[in-house]
Amino acid sequence: MLEVIWKLIEMTIIIALLIPIAAMLVWVERRMIGIWQDRLGPNRVGPFGILQSMADLLKVLGKEDWIPPFSDKVVFVLAPVIAAVTVLMSFAVVPFTPTIGVSDLNIGLLFFLAMTSLAVYGVVLAGWASNSKYALLGGMRAAAQTVSYEVFMGLSVMGVVLLTGSFNLREIVLAQQDGWLIQTQFLGFFVFLIAGIAESHRLPFDLPEAETELTAGFHTEYSGLKFALFFLGEYLSVTLISTMSVTLFFGGWLMPEPLASWLPPLVWFILKVAFFVMFFILLRTSLPRPRFDQLLSFGWLVMLPLALFNLLATAALRLAGII
Amino acid sequence: MTKDNSQKINLANSKNWQMPNTLPIADEITAINAQLLLTPVTAVENIVDDIPSFWLAKDQLSALMQVLRHELDKPFDFCFDITAIDETERNHKGINVIDFTVSYHLRSYERNQDIRIKIALTAKDKHLNSVCAFWANANWYEREIWDMFGIVFDNHPYLTRILMPHTWQGHPLLKTHPARATEMEPFTLPTYQQDIEQQALQFEPEKWGMKRQDKDNDFMFLNLGPNHPSVHGAFRIVLQMDGEEIVDCVPDIGYHHRGAEKMGERQSWHSYIPYTDRIDYLGGVMNNFPYVMAVEKLAGITVPDRAKVIRIMTSEMFRILSHLLFYGTFAQDIGALSPIFYMFIDREKLFAIIEAFTGARMHPSWFRIGGIASDLPKGWDKLVRDFVEYLPARLDIYEKMVMQNSLIKLRSVDVGAYTASEAIEWGVTGPGLRATGYSWDLRKQRPYSGYDQFDFEIPTGNKGDCYDRCRVRVDEMRESIRIIKQCLENMPEGPVKAEHPQTTPPDKSRTMVDIDTLIPHFVNVSWGPVIPAGEVTMAVEATKGIMAYHLISDGNTMSYRTRIRTPSFAHLQMLPLLSRGQMVADLIATLGSVDYVMADVDR
Repeated sequence: MLEVIWKLIEMTIIIALLIPIAAMLVWVERRMIGIWQDRLGPNRVGPFGILQSMADLLKVLGKEDWIPPFSDKVVFVLAPVIAAVTVLMSFAVVPFTPTIGVSDLNIGLLFFLAMTSLAVYGVVLAGWASNSKYALLGGMRAAAQTVSYEVFMGLSVMGVVLLTGSFNLREIVLAQQDGWLIQTQFLGFFVFLIAGIAESHRLPFDLPEAETELTAGFHTEYSGLKFALFFLGEYLSVTLISTMSVTLFFGGWLMPEPLASWLPPLVWFILKVAFFVMFFILLRTSLPRPRFDQLLSFGWLVMLPLALFNLLATAALRLAGII
Repeated sequence: MTKDNSQKINLANSKNWQMPNTLPIADEITAINAQLLLTPVTAVENIVDDIPSFWLAKDQLSALMQVLRHELDKPFDFCFDITAIDETERNHKGINVIDFTVSYHLRSYERNQDIRIKIALTAKDKHLNSVCAFWANANWYEREIWDMFGIVFDNHPYLTRILMPHTWQGHPLLKTHPARATEMEPFTLPTYQQDIEQQALQFEPEKWGMKRQDKDNDFMFLNLGPNHPSVHGAFRIVLQMDGEEIVDCVPDIGYHHRGAEKMGERQSWHSYIPYTDRIDYLGGVMNNFPYVMAVEKLAGITVPDRAKVIRIMTSEMFRILSHLLFYGTFAQDIGALSPIFYMFIDREKLFAIIEAFTGARMHPSWFRIGGIASDLPKGWDKLVRDFVEYLPARLDIYEKMVMQNSLIKLRSVDVGAYTASEAIEWGVTGPGLRATGYSWDLRKQRPYSGYDQFDFEIPTGNKGDCYDRCRVRVDEMRESIRIIKQCLENMPEGPVKAEHPQTTPPDKSRTMVDIDTLIPHFVNVSWGPVIPAGEVTMAVEATKGIMAYHLISDGNTMSYRTRIRTPSFAHLQMLPLLSRGQMVADLIATLGSVDYVMADVDR
């Protein structure tokens, strides 16, 4: 009984931390982009503008909760919830440290893939339920993009599974004690990262919401709290993809000695994740976006062969006993 | 670049370009079709530019256009402008003038020669044959004339209002239409009228000449604009789509129409200058340039050399300003978020210089009839030198960031391409024309204001696609830097305003000495100058293409007709041709690469 209560407390704490972290990320991103673009970025609210997200949140809460009369109302409300909740669910299987982590599901990796697959429903349904052409085009793009990149994402992590012999994320981390998987799985990591960007539809793969083309894409009709949920989902999924990259390829909380003894595992984990989050942000400031058909052909003609090659080569080397 | 600095520029050697007219064009035309009766314009009309101008009977129009467009050796392939004049209140009327005049301004690129054909119409019979069959871009010009003057073009494919709303009554450029709000009834919008207006907003594809479905597909109609992040202003494009592929599109303009031409008829020659600034609002003083040149030509004012060089220098600065903005927004339209911010910093530095010169930033209204408003401030050369040494290194960075970015190439190479002949057919000028490899720049081909004395190249592309249009503009910025450097090293001394009573404001130094200066000064300041009756067209190579002012003076303090020929108007007309078969994302890249300003389109 006590264990259950403890788990509940742990879950509450993780969620209670994740959401503010995602909100903070909005500020971090705007400020970092500002600095990288020779501007200041939001620096007025609180010290260094750190409370900007609070101000944004207050503003969003103060907005009218508007549901367009021409929309499919139930689905319209449901879509942002799906988008945020599915990403939050994925965090359930993430092992943060040797002791922290909600669940050591033995199909943890599959659960993560399943949740990212479900997340696309949020976007597609939003596009559909809005009953607006721009939103529909955005939703259509999201469906095609996410469904294709899911395939490569799934394939890219199979190398990890081959090498560690487990779908359990904690075991995958523990298997990296002698060396991070990035050493052998760099191709897999590359495909995983790109697919991850596509899944979280961030620039350069932000086609579902490409603002210069589709005004705001799938969330054109959204405002207020429902819009904030999409926003939250996006930043959570940036965090999630960073977290998964660290867990699968960069040894999770593990660090080689003597570095490991300098800081607690949780801090190392957070540092590693922060590194990837920054990478995501930097990527957004530096690259333009490809066209829809170019994105898909890049996926099927480059990413798929790469992922398959990675899987075959890993399997062959494994069989030969080299790795 | 040091080579440029050593070269001495001397505007005393500068000659104004003269239109070649060795073989009289009228003889050439009548040699082909002897029945055409071309009547040369009379001295009363006083056309002071050197464009050969002729009157023609309206029933001979098609026959003449056939000769000009197809039968002449080196034909007139470019329809520069078509406009109309309401002559009903004109005092200095030529013998051929009746109630309305439609004026065709055509150009032959090969001859480097223009011709102006005038047709007189009576108020009772405002009908004329359409020339759309000869020049594709005549379509919008004729619609505009119908919209503004109510002249009907027979056989026009789609003669509807273009700038004014479809529910508008009347024709605003008629002299009978009031130009001031005080001359009109107060504006009201009763409920029934509101219903009519709302009704008119209903979208019906058939009215736009589009089909709802063909035998395989139901089309989707996407309304891009008038407010959309990528249409750069208030501009609407109705897209007929099959999935994300564009089947057809109809550009809808007029949302930015402010009646600049009508205002020209109600403002003194001098006080109209600030209005010109706001035509291509990114062009700043570049807009003043053709206007003041046209007025000076009418008044017979010779501008001093120092003013000429300063005009060139500031115009080239605005070319850089405009192209930098284009560069950034083009990258942004493709999805690269950062370049625009770096470029805005450069623009800010340049605006600081403009501000030091003129006291204003984007719209300095700084040129004056006969010169410029004020001499350069002390230490101007250091400001300019610092900037021209600073910018090339930044352009190198952008080269890597934008032009060599493979994603940008992927999105823009071979996208939205057109050939040189298509460009000419549709009236494309400026970088859009040069991107096709056709090197035609007014500053080289018909130097004005002393451009012939400067050493610069005309960059060209070869494919005429989005990438080349950007490439040409980027290279043009480097050429502009070259020109500015030459201005810097060779700035002549002397006055910045001509000594002429009709300059604005006129010279005051002797007003307290003799009464003969005091009286004209008083009159020219209080009423504004009276410009001699006449007609003129003056053009410059503006930031986006060729911008021309066609002014008609009736010997008054205000212009009788101000016609503004803007480059963007022609460029947008071409959009359906470019967008067919494109994806939406390609259309956005194409729109970005065309570099239009809606104020420049709608005026």
